[in-house]
Amino acid sequence: MIKFENVTKAYPDGTVAVDGLNLEAPTGKLTILVGPSGCGKTTSLRMINRLIEPTSGTIYLDDQPTSGMDAALLRRRIGYVIQHAGLFPHRTIIDNVATMPVLLGESRQKARMKALELMERVGLPASFAKRYPWQLSGGQQQRVGVARALASDPAFMLMDEPFSAVDPVVRAQLQEEFLRLQREIGKTIIMVTHDIDEALKLGDQVAVMRVGGKLAQMATPSELLTSPADEFVADFVGRDRGYRSLGFTNSAGTVTVSEEAVVTIGASAAEAQSKATGAWVLVVDGGRKPLGWAQADLIKGELKREHLNLSGTSASSSGTMRQLLDAALSSPSRRGVVVNEHGELIGTVTATDVVKAIEAEPHLETAR
Amino acid sequence: MNFEWLGRQSDNIVFLLGWHVLLAVTPLILGLLIALPLGWWAHRSRRIYPLLVGVAGLLYTVPSLALFVLLPLVLGTKILDPLNIVAALTIYTVALLVRVVADALDSVPEDTVQAAKAMGYRGYQSLVKVELPVGVPVISAGLRVAAVSNVSLVSVAALLGIPQLGSLFTQGFQLRFFTPIIAGIILCVVLAMILDGLIILLNRWLTPWTPKVVAS
Amino acid sequence: MINYLFNPAHWSGADGIPTLIGEHLLYSLIALAVAAIIAVPLGIYIGVTGKGVFMIAGLANALRALPSVGLLILLVLLISPAFPSKMGYILPSLIVLVLLAVPPILTNTYAGVRAVDAAAVDAAKGMGFRTMKILTDIQLPCSLPLMLSGVRSALLQIISTATIAAYISLGGLGRLLIDGKAQNDYSQMVAGAVLVALLALFFDQLLAFITRRVVSPGLTRRTVKAAAPTAATDTVKTPVAA
Repeated sequence: MIKFENVTKAYPDGTVAVDGLNLEAPTGKLTILVGPSGCGKTTSLRMINRLIEPTSGTIYLDDQPTSGMDAALLRRRIGYVIQHAGLFPHRTIIDNVATMPVLLGESRQKARMKALELMERVGLPASFAKRYPWQLSGGQQQRVGVARALASDPAFMLMDEPFSAVDPVVRAQLQEEFLRLQREIGKTIIMVTHDIDEALKLGDQVAVMRVGGKLAQMATPSELLTSPADEFVADFVGRDRGYRSLGFTNSAGTVTVSEEAVVTIGASAAEAQSKATGAWVLVVDGGRKPLGWAQADLIKGELKREHLNLSGTSASSSGTMRQLLDAALSSPSRRGVVVNEHGELIGTVTATDVVKAIEAEPHLETAR
Repeated sequence: MNFEWLGRQSDNIVFLLGWHVLLAVTPLILGLLIALPLGWWAHRSRRIYPLLVGVAGLLYTVPSLALFVLLPLVLGTKILDPLNIVAALTIYTVALLVRVVADALDSVPEDTVQAAKAMGYRGYQSLVKVELPVGVPVISAGLRVAAVSNVSLVSVAALLGIPQLGSLFTQGFQLRFFTPIIAGIILCVVLAMILDGLIILLNRWLTPWTPKVVAS
Repeated sequence: MINYLFNPAHWSGADGIPTLIGEHLLYSLIALAVAAIIAVPLGIYIGVTGKGVFMIAGLANALRALPSVGLLILLVLLISPAFPSKMGYILPSLIVLVLLAVPPILTNTYAGVRAVDAAAVDAAKGMGFRTMKILTDIQLPCSLPLMLSGVRSALLQIISTATIAAYISLGGLGRLLIDGKAQNDYSQMVAGAVLVALLALFFDQLLAFITRRVVSPGLTRRTVKAAAPTAATDTVKTPVAA
């Protein structure tokens, strides 16, 4: 657990970067500090490992005040990941990752063994070990940064805009992988971002800060969306917060799933036409995994892959209302494909079905 | 300082100063004129760049006194011919500026070059009207280094007996007399500062869009 | 020139070519060592703390403008009366050599330390490196390429200036040039010029080789690209003034 108690950072020129911050980041959870620039989020983060010293107030690491600790020893207990990774340009990837174990006194050989394991864990091939940072893309460098922070197996991690320097596609991928990793390792993490979508996607809890270094609201992502504390938070969370909150609403058991007739590749035009509802028929593979929709009256002879329309998304039966609604809206037949956890077809839903379910339960339970 | 001596020698000192300016400035202008096309060539061709920069680096390593002595072999001049000094300093200036010009042109943002092309500038128009002007600050920084060191290098020629301000040093040494030495040093430094200042002014005049801060 | 170089009489004795090369090297290396001992720590200090930056540019420019011949002769006349022996010209020569070698090493060390990726330093600090360890493990190795290029220009400067110091009686290869001039022996002068040029070339290549060996390959490519804009102002090889 990391706890802020009345923490203030004021500079000699009178600017107050952080103003009386009280905050608790629970053990094993990912807490996100989010806010516009100048809200003191990075200052708050850097006060935890004392790269910045607080003017007043106390920060606790598992109930021990950090102020009395040796700063360097304190920092060695906390993993640190920054925006541009900050890799050491003169060291190979493996030696970058091995930095912390070596610093803590392990033999270079052992440290490198550990580093190799960690590289694999964050999705870096072992062939990168002997490369230098400049030979890696931004996204790859950021993975090295995460691996390096994890190498000493710290209980705590601080991450300062770790994914904001890479392009959106890579960012989404890194976020997914990081969520998966955090589910395995369960570190106590505080992450700073300016991106509310990232905060809502990754955070177990999100602290929204306002300019002047004050905490505006601390809540779970779905609480932020459904009951923002004030106008500032509501604005910051965004105009489509109603729709976005569906992303945190569990759909399981609330929406009626209809059966859908299916055909496989190679089916005759006649069969496709007989199975179709309206103009469209759903095509699955041998294991009942959906492949796409086909327009039955366009098929001549037999059904081939080029007849498939791939525009629709599919939703998992245990997924969120948002996924379900999206599946319905994106499907050319307007029937959204629902699959089980193995990706096998259960049936389809229409947007009307989903909306009915939403209206039926105004106080939907949150997914998390 | 013996000012009376300086007064008596003023004609001679002006004569030496004139030669010094001539020997320092001529190579600067010649060097720039030669380095511009060479630097452009190195900028355009990735194969030529290492070759030109490599040769320039080698020429740079030759100590000045040695170069002054070796050039008569190449040029067929006499050892006392001031042409040797001009040629040697031109070689140093070119060696310095080739790389600077190539790097200056490299430093022009690709967007700028593309924009010029998109607006219909032809290759040479883009070079003269866009790329060179944008590269001027970097080139003039290199030119300043060349100018200041040329002034110092010219005085080395005094050891071979070629008249310029360096002659005041050798004269002072032979006579065990401080006045000409100090006068020579001051004149050299002032000359270097004036040339440096002129290039700064020229740079500012050629790049009116940059903030008025003197890069050091 | 060929005749001069291949005359065995010139390769032995107190004024033989090997002796002259030995003297030239001795003075050059002493001056380089002293200059490095002064300039490297100072450059690191200014680079790390940011104190005295104004000094760097001013000092480098001012010393570059000073004519080395004039400086050399002035110092000899000032110092030699106090030292009756050979020190009367060796000491001023060494002072001038050091004075000329300090600026390139100082400015390049400073520029090298400044150019170290701030994010890497922040990361090191955040991971619990102490100040000295950040210096020895991150800042120094990362500034090495620029630092060594400063040492390289300084050494060329020294070898070149040591040559002209023959005029004020210093030993070394410059003797062939100055004595040749005095005796109107052009072949001796050319022999000296060729030897000096070869010596400079050899040490330039030696330092280039050492640089390749000690600088991490992770840096070389990056410095070639990243340092280009500053290279034109701060880290350009100073011409071999003298």
